[in-house]
Amino acid sequence: MPDFGNVQIPVGPQHPALKEPESFLITLRGEKITAASVRMGYNHRGVEKGAEGRTYTQDIYLVERICGICSHSHGTAFIQAVEEIAGLDVPRRAKYIRMLVGELERVHSHLLWLGVAGHEIGFDTLLMYSWRDREVVMDLLAAVSGNRVHYSMNTVGGVRRDVDSALAETILKGVDRLEEQTKYYIQVCSEETTVIKRLSGVGVVTHEDALRLLVVGPTARASGVARDIRKDDPYLAYDELDFKIVTSDHCDVYGRTLVRLGELMESYSMIRQIVKNMPDGPITVKAPRKIPAGEALSRYEAPRGEDVHYVKANGTEKPERVKVRAPTLANLQAVSHMLRDNNLADMPIVIAAIDPCFSCTDRAVEIDRADSGPRDRMDWGRLRAHGIDFYRSRGVDFTELNRSLTRRMKKL
Amino acid sequence: MGTALIQILVFPGLLFLAVAGLAGEFIDRRLYARFQNRMGPPWFQPLADFIKLLSKEELVPDGADRGLFRLMPVFALTAVVTAFFYIPLWGTSALHAFSGDAIVVLYLLTIPTFTYFLGGYTSKSVYALLGSARTLTQLYAYEVPLFLAVLGPCLLAGTWSLSELTLFFQARPWALAANAAGFVIALIALLGKLEKVPFDIPEAETEIVGGAFTEYSGRFLAWFRLSFDIEMITGASLLAAVFLPFGLGLGFAAGFGLYLVKILFLIALIALIRSLVARLRIDQMIGFCWKVLAPVAFLQVIVNLVLKGIFFS
Repeated sequence: MPDFGNVQIPVGPQHPALKEPESFLITLRGEKITAASVRMGYNHRGVEKGAEGRTYTQDIYLVERICGICSHSHGTAFIQAVEEIAGLDVPRRAKYIRMLVGELERVHSHLLWLGVAGHEIGFDTLLMYSWRDREVVMDLLAAVSGNRVHYSMNTVGGVRRDVDSALAETILKGVDRLEEQTKYYIQVCSEETTVIKRLSGVGVVTHEDALRLLVVGPTARASGVARDIRKDDPYLAYDELDFKIVTSDHCDVYGRTLVRLGELMESYSMIRQIVKNMPDGPITVKAPRKIPAGEALSRYEAPRGEDVHYVKANGTEKPERVKVRAPTLANLQAVSHMLRDNNLADMPIVIAAIDPCFSCTDRAVEIDRADSGPRDRMDWGRLRAHGIDFYRSRGVDFTELNRSLTRRMKKL
Repeated sequence: MGTALIQILVFPGLLFLAVAGLAGEFIDRRLYARFQNRMGPPWFQPLADFIKLLSKEELVPDGADRGLFRLMPVFALTAVVTAFFYIPLWGTSALHAFSGDAIVVLYLLTIPTFTYFLGGYTSKSVYALLGSARTLTQLYAYEVPLFLAVLGPCLLAGTWSLSELTLFFQARPWALAANAAGFVIALIALLGKLEKVPFDIPEAETEIVGGAFTEYSGRFLAWFRLSFDIEMITGASLLAAVFLPFGLGLGFAAGFGLYLVKILFLIALIALIRSLVARLRIDQMIGFCWKVLAPVAFLQVIVNLVLKGIFFS
């Protein structure tokens, strides 16, 4: 390898390895990564602030849109907190339907991840195959909820749609097919030499580092940390299901692949149990429009790890504060640790191995000002003033524009 | 003079090769897609891509050597087309043949790789720089096994001329069996030359965007892509001439048909391999080439030397 000294290459905000905008600045010596720094904030959409201005029912649909893949996770985590404050007793059938959609969502998310991982190591056949089979679970989700993504199954006090026996049959059939295919993928990933070569020993996080860096979800479980909110702090009716936490001692990307594949198999068994033991009864209870003052913290095991929602209610129909901690935020800090001393070729798969969802994660606004030297944080007033000045210096005056528009409206 | 010009520009020269290259790209992409459970592109897709690229604006990055940057695609195309003239295709003699043309063909097939390197190196982009460094690193890994693999049959036939080589094996088809290992090695090395999975390391899009070609656009990129397509045909023809030289005395029509079958077979093999494996890392690739391919290729040379001593002395 010719020696070019230290080369810094920007990966992102726009880069083929990333599915969403995020910036990684990678310092290379030859092909080895000597340092990596992560910068986020390219996808901030103000969801938390937006939630404060909407009613609880509207917020359900808003928080679902935090993420396109684990939308049910965010929706359920939020609504659990609201129901806790309101002291609602959600019917068991509703809990089971929520679990059903949650596990189907996990299956869809993990199959999606498998395809992305295949693409990142240049194994496009795996991508094409796993995404073809992912269609089965997408169809099931569409049959259950009416939507392929953003299922909108939740409402305060229960779920919006019921699952009848014909649908249950369809789900069981689909799960059988998926299980068969997943067994094939487990075989591929544990036998194909090039896959094992590319994944083993890459992006290592030891058991101690996993505990120190507080990683969550499959990333933690692949380092032998048996943490799963479904077991540790059961929500919905997970304490009634029989399942085990899948862990691995590989501590690398290969371990993360095995954990996700193992979780797929667990999810199939859980879906069967849910369909079989689905209790009868109503699917929703009447919920008040105004939620009494109070606060609650809700934890949910999203496909990518622990998702935390905090809701503070003030007795009106709108929440006073909503705070979201998406699993990627917990895992992202470990990425620069994982990248160090790896090859550049392993960068895409190491980043992909935490199953990052950057748009879920970006919730803080930070602005770099070129003229102010070190980083500077702006408050709301200064940000607004800066925005007005920014456009004025470019010949656009929104204040004047607004006034002239108002004048024209008045004339009409 | 007139015939020579037609041979160079039309058949079996540039035009034929361009058509064959684009058709080869289509077959490769279509098979790859079918192996992956996809539909794949329609037959005219490679041609449409080519025409579209020709019509696009070409940009030369600031600070790049403009002459070098523009010249490299032409060099690559010329080298692969020239190499084609020295390979016996459907008869036992090539269009032009002389003693030692096997070396010239291998040499000409190395030139495109250097043009990829130089084109990327002069692009003044970190991605292109890394891509060209990888191109060159990879070259040192697969080139020696490829040369050794071709050396085996040449030693057996006792000639450095591809045309004489085919003549030798045409008379003794059973001797081809001795080169089986060499064939596999040459096919794998060809994957490296064509930068296809598992050796598409120099243009791994998820790592270094477009590799050496990141800054190339428009006409120049079109020439580069065409030279890749033609390189595939030339490389497959070389493999067919060295390792599969049978049925060459059948006359033009039958010989041409058989030649196409051989090329299709090789393209299908390439598509199959690249749909079955993941991309290797550069260190793994070099390790594989030097620790596995090169020793086996050496073994092939030794076996052929012994066989020659026993049967053909």
